[in-house]
Amino acid sequence: MLPKRELADFFRNKFPDSFLEVTDFRGMLTIHIRGRGVLEVLRTLKTDPRFAFNFLCDITAVDHLVQGGHARFSVVYHLLNQHGARRIVVHAWVDEENPKLDSVYSLWKTADWQEREVFDLYGLLFQGHPNLRRILNPDDFKFYPLRKDYPLQGRGERSDFPVVERSIGSKWPATQDFE
Amino acid sequence: MTLVASDLSTEKLVLNFGPAHPATHGTLRIIMELDGEIITKATPEIGYLHSGFEKLGEHLDYNQYITITDRMNYLSPMCNNVAFALAAEKLLDLEVPKRAQYIRVLMCELSRIADHILAVGMQAVDIGAFTAFLYGFRLREKIYDLFEWACGSRLTTSYTRVGGLMRDLPDGFGARTKALLDDIPATLEEIDGLLTHNRIWLDRTRGIGVITAEQVISYGLTGPIGRAAGVDYDLRIKEPYSSYQDFDFDVVIGKDGDVYDRYMVRMYEMWESLKICRQVLEKMPVGPVNVDADSKAILPPRDEVFNSIEGLIHHFEVTMENRGFTPPVGETYVPTESPNGELGYFIVSDGGRTPYRVRTRPPSLINYSIFPEIIPGSTISDTVAILGSLNVIAGELDR
Repeated sequence: MLPKRELADFFRNKFPDSFLEVTDFRGMLTIHIRGRGVLEVLRTLKTDPRFAFNFLCDITAVDHLVQGGHARFSVVYHLLNQHGARRIVVHAWVDEENPKLDSVYSLWKTADWQEREVFDLYGLLFQGHPNLRRILNPDDFKFYPLRKDYPLQGRGERSDFPVVERSIGSKWPATQDFE
Repeated sequence: MTLVASDLSTEKLVLNFGPAHPATHGTLRIIMELDGEIITKATPEIGYLHSGFEKLGEHLDYNQYITITDRMNYLSPMCNNVAFALAAEKLLDLEVPKRAQYIRVLMCELSRIADHILAVGMQAVDIGAFTAFLYGFRLREKIYDLFEWACGSRLTTSYTRVGGLMRDLPDGFGARTKALLDDIPATLEEIDGLLTHNRIWLDRTRGIGVITAEQVISYGLTGPIGRAAGVDYDLRIKEPYSSYQDFDFDVVIGKDGDVYDRYMVRMYEMWESLKICRQVLEKMPVGPVNVDADSKAILPPRDEVFNSIEGLIHHFEVTMENRGFTPPVGETYVPTESPNGELGYFIVSDGGRTPYRVRTRPPSLINYSIFPEIIPGSTISDTVAILGSLNVIAGELDR
C-alpha cells in the first residue's frame, strides 16, 4: 500500500478527470473522487496487486448540505484488504442536480442491498443496479429521510395514514383520536 | 397408461412467509415462489422494524446515542455499546485505561456466549429440538443476571461511556463470574450431546444452505457465517481493538459453509470465549475505568462535584446542552467483531456536540443479503433451518 502522497499522485495521474484529493484523519486514508469515476477507481483498488482491496465492507452516504464540501452528497465506500488487514475509504461526490453514479454491483454483489439502502434514504441513483427500489421504507414513500432537509419528526406521514371509515352503524366512533 | 411426474402440469405457487411467522424471530417477510415443494425464487421484504436510528443519531449527543445502540442488536447490546464508544473515542483521540479495556472485553465475550447460545437454541427450536433451546435460555439468563448486577439492566445495558464505563464492576463480580464460567461448559456439553451427533440434526443441517468462500467475499459476509465457509478473518486477531492482542485464543474455521458448519463454528467460538473470559479475570489490572477527568469527556467523580467548585463547574460543562465536549472535524470508523460479524460505527463530525452522521455497519443486513441467492432449490423446511443459521436480528437489520 502506498503512503498518502504517492497514493494521491497515482490517482491524479490515472484518473485526472475524477480525482479530487486524499485526506488522512486518525490514520485512516480517504480518497475523494467525483461520482462519475467511482466504478473505475474501485475496480483499480480491487484488481491492482498494489492495493488488492478484495472486500467491500460498507456503502453509505453523507448529505453535506450543512457542512459543505465538494458537492452535496458523498457516497462512502469502506474497502478492506483481507490479506494485509488494511482499510481505505473512498468518498464519491455527487451533485444535487444530477444524483447519479455507477453501481458497483458488477464488482461486489453486496452492493445490491447496500445501494438500495442509500437510494432509499438519500435518493441517489445507481446506474446499472439490477433492482433499484426502496428497501427499508414502503414503496409508496415519497421522501428521502436521511437528507438533512428532511425533518426529524417527518412530514406528516403519521397523520396522513389512511383511516378506514365504518359505513355500518357502530357504538364506537368511526375514527378514534389516539393523540 | 402410466403418468410420470414430469407429464403433470404444475402451477407456480406464491407463498407469503412472515412477517409475523414464529420462525422468523422478528419481523421478516419472504415472498416465495414454489414449484411443488421446491422454492424457485425467494424475495425478502425488510424494513418492518425500521425506526430511523441513524436519523436520531444526528440529533443526540455522543453519550445519549449509546442508549440507541442497545436497541440494534438486542441479543448482544454490550458489543454495540463498545463498538460505538470505540469509534467516538477514536474521533476524540482518547485511550481508555487498561482496566476499562479489559472489562469491555469481558462483557463482549460474555455477550458473545449469550448471543451464540441463543442463536444455536433458536435454530434448534425451529428444526424441532426444543430441549437445547431451553438449556440455552437457562444459561443466557445467568449471564444477563451478571449484566444486571454490573450496570442495572439486563437488555438495554448502555454500559460504556465515551472515555470509559458507566461505573466499575461491583465488588465480588470476578468471583461470581468465575463460578458462572465453571458452569457454562456443562450446558455447552449438554447441547453438544443433544445435537452434534444427532442423526436428525445432521440430516436437517448438513449440505443445506451452502455458502462458498467466493460468495462470502462477494456478498461481504462476516462473522461465523464467513468463517464457516473457510474465510479466515477474525477482527479480534487481525485488527485487534480494546486489548484483544493480550489474550490467547484460536479462530474457529469451518470448511463446507453449510448450516451444520455455522452451528459448529458458533459452538466452538463459545469455548474460545470462555478461554478469553478466564484470561481477562486472571490478568484484570487495578486502576481507574475512565480517562482522566481533565480530558473533559467524562463526568468528574461525585464527591468532587459536591465538595469543590471546580468539580461542579466541570459537571455543568459536560452535561449542559449548549456545552458538552466538542470533537474535532473528521470521520472515524472502528471495525469490531460482534457475534454476528463486523460491526462498526462510521461517525462524521462537524465539530458540534452531536454527530453530523452516524452510520452503523449492520452485520445482520449484509449477512441476510445472501439469502435470495442460496434459497432456490431448497424446501420450506430448509428455509427455516437456513434462516436460523444466519441469525438475523431484525432490530439491527432495519435500524
